[in-house]
Amino acid sequence: MSPRTQRTIGFVAFAGLVALVVVLPSFVSDFKAQQYAYVAIYLIALLGLNILTGYTGQISLGHGAFMAIGGYTTAILMAGNEPSLACSACDGPIGGGLKDVWTLPIAAVVAGLVGLAFGLPALRLSGLYLALATFAVAVAFPSAVKRFEGFTGGGQGINLSEEPELTGVSGVTILGKSLTFYEWLYYLSWSIALVAFAVAWLVVRGRAGRAFRAVRDSETAAVSSGVSLARYKTLAFGISAAYAGLAGGLFAIANTFVNPDTFPIALSIFLLIGIVVGGLGGLSGLVFGAIFIAFLPQWAQGQDLGALLPNFLVQGGDIGGWFFKGTGAPGGPAIVYGVVLILLMFVLPNGVGGLFRRAGQVISRRRPSRGG
Amino acid sequence: MIAAEFDFAYLMQQIVSGLAAGGIYALLALALVIIHRSTGVINFAQGEMATLSAYICWALIASHGWAYWPAFVATLVLSFAGGIAVHRVVIRPVEGGSVLRIVIVTIGLLIAINGFVIWQWSGEPQQLESPFGTNVVTIGDVVVLSHYIGTIAVAVAIVLLLWLLFRFTKVGLALRAAAVNPDEARLVGVRVTWMLALGWGLAATLGAVAGVMTAPIVGLDPNMMAAVLIYAFAAAVLGGIDSPMGAVVGGLLLGVILSLLTYMSQYGAFDWYSEELSLPIALLVILVVLLVKPSGLFGKPEVKRV
Repeated sequence: MSPRTQRTIGFVAFAGLVALVVVLPSFVSDFKAQQYAYVAIYLIALLGLNILTGYTGQISLGHGAFMAIGGYTTAILMAGNEPSLACSACDGPIGGGLKDVWTLPIAAVVAGLVGLAFGLPALRLSGLYLALATFAVAVAFPSAVKRFEGFTGGGQGINLSEEPELTGVSGVTILGKSLTFYEWLYYLSWSIALVAFAVAWLVVRGRAGRAFRAVRDSETAAVSSGVSLARYKTLAFGISAAYAGLAGGLFAIANTFVNPDTFPIALSIFLLIGIVVGGLGGLSGLVFGAIFIAFLPQWAQGQDLGALLPNFLVQGGDIGGWFFKGTGAPGGPAIVYGVVLILLMFVLPNGVGGLFRRAGQVISRRRPSRGG
Repeated sequence: MIAAEFDFAYLMQQIVSGLAAGGIYALLALALVIIHRSTGVINFAQGEMATLSAYICWALIASHGWAYWPAFVATLVLSFAGGIAVHRVVIRPVEGGSVLRIVIVTIGLLIAINGFVIWQWSGEPQQLESPFGTNVVTIGDVVVLSHYIGTIAVAVAIVLLLWLLFRFTKVGLALRAAAVNPDEARLVGVRVTWMLALGWGLAATLGAVAGVMTAPIVGLDPNMMAAVLIYAFAAAVLGGIDSPMGAVVGGLLLGVILSLLTYMSQYGAFDWYSEELSLPIALLVILVVLLVKPSGLFGKPEVKRV
């Protein structure tokens, strides 16, 4: 397939996604709209992480921390640190009171700057050493949040729904159309996610993207071709963290609440799962990665392990009955989740994105090519 | 905390308990190093595999009435077989591809094993007795729990055995060869895939020892190894991820550092310090070390041929 047809297919698919996003709320319930909003939020974070890990080859186990930075930036800008929610003695420099949407660019910038700053020392580390360093940030973040209580509300966190005039909690009216909070959330996150997707596409197909891939494939070769490792690795960190910060800000708005447990260490791991399932070094598959991390835990929750196993293993037989507990025992969903994840890695070695590419190759091979 | 008077015996106690914890970190770190050398990934499921082993040991004793040491040995044998099975069934199909793919498989394994333990034995904490009893040992002024002494002894013995295995046996040589250069090892007749499986078996066994030794200290619980795994990861990276020696030294060092931090904070040295900060601080220390020495204390700097 020529790059040109490839690009056309890409545009058509993207237009299809936009159309789907626009019409979907008419068909789903309010509750589902909220869940799909989370898909968009994860998608933003995955786009960022894939730029760093999939395109530049730098493993991050701490992207949850960058999301947390964005989330807290949004929360603090909106709610400020009023004496009631932190300590009565603190008079912080930030008064809060900013409307939710306007905090998002700031959340992205703040997280991006932290990412750039983190990228500099990270230059000395590679592979697993970098993974540990980023992991350390994610592990340390909750303690830091609790430490700077006056600023962050400590373990109690910051509640955003107390400022209804700043959020869409009580419904929003746009262009004469009134939306519920979840619908508003859905449109907000998806419009940001689609723009973020387009920007990511522009980044990875341009000069920077080529440099990222060169760094990933061989640092030595990249340097000999004149690619500055320091510049592009730091840049990748910055962009990636800015995406995470944006996602984190949206997450805070959607959650209407942040505390140290809003962004647990597991979140970083789930993001990594998301990009591998979606496909490293590709963008389109990430939509599925986001759907995967947003919905699989719930799907697994709904599965009855007893029902998935052959009958005789659960009921009959001494060994089977002893070993495979009956239906609905706790822990079952986690088993289903883990096994599905492993099987997925077996059948989709390059994630959903890899499946797309392979499908594309098969189609193009069938068609007779013109001019050799 | 009120600043107390300096107490040498108490300091020694802290160091011994630090060494015991460090011995556990060292064992799990060794397991991580063995797998990293052969498979090239950090096995995120290592901690959960250890938890499962500890539960098996407990189930043999509590529900099936075994004596401690037979149950211990049986657990090690089962873990060894389990480690090999994990490699053959779950890891082999994804070997050779992207490293992250193997990482995700080990994360899937982590989630599944954790779920299995909760499913089979419920999430309620259980009590696994220490084989060394709950007595205290007095050496001079220093009073230490016998379990700590026992743990240190077991860790030292295991490390010694492992060293003998790798250094003086043919299997050990083959194991090292398969890890360092699989292609050439295959050429000289080493059955590389079995050696890798053997590595997973050894790692699972080491983890089992770590799990069984941890349970009496923190209580047998489905998530008991989560923090230990992070410390072990940190210890392995601190020592240099491919260096068994580094894992042992890194583990012991980490255990003692954490213990001393607690000790000093009790003397009012750091009034900002609290127990929950121990993990971030440990990681921070390691980060600083890594920034100075990016391939760990005992690791060799990577040399690339172009």
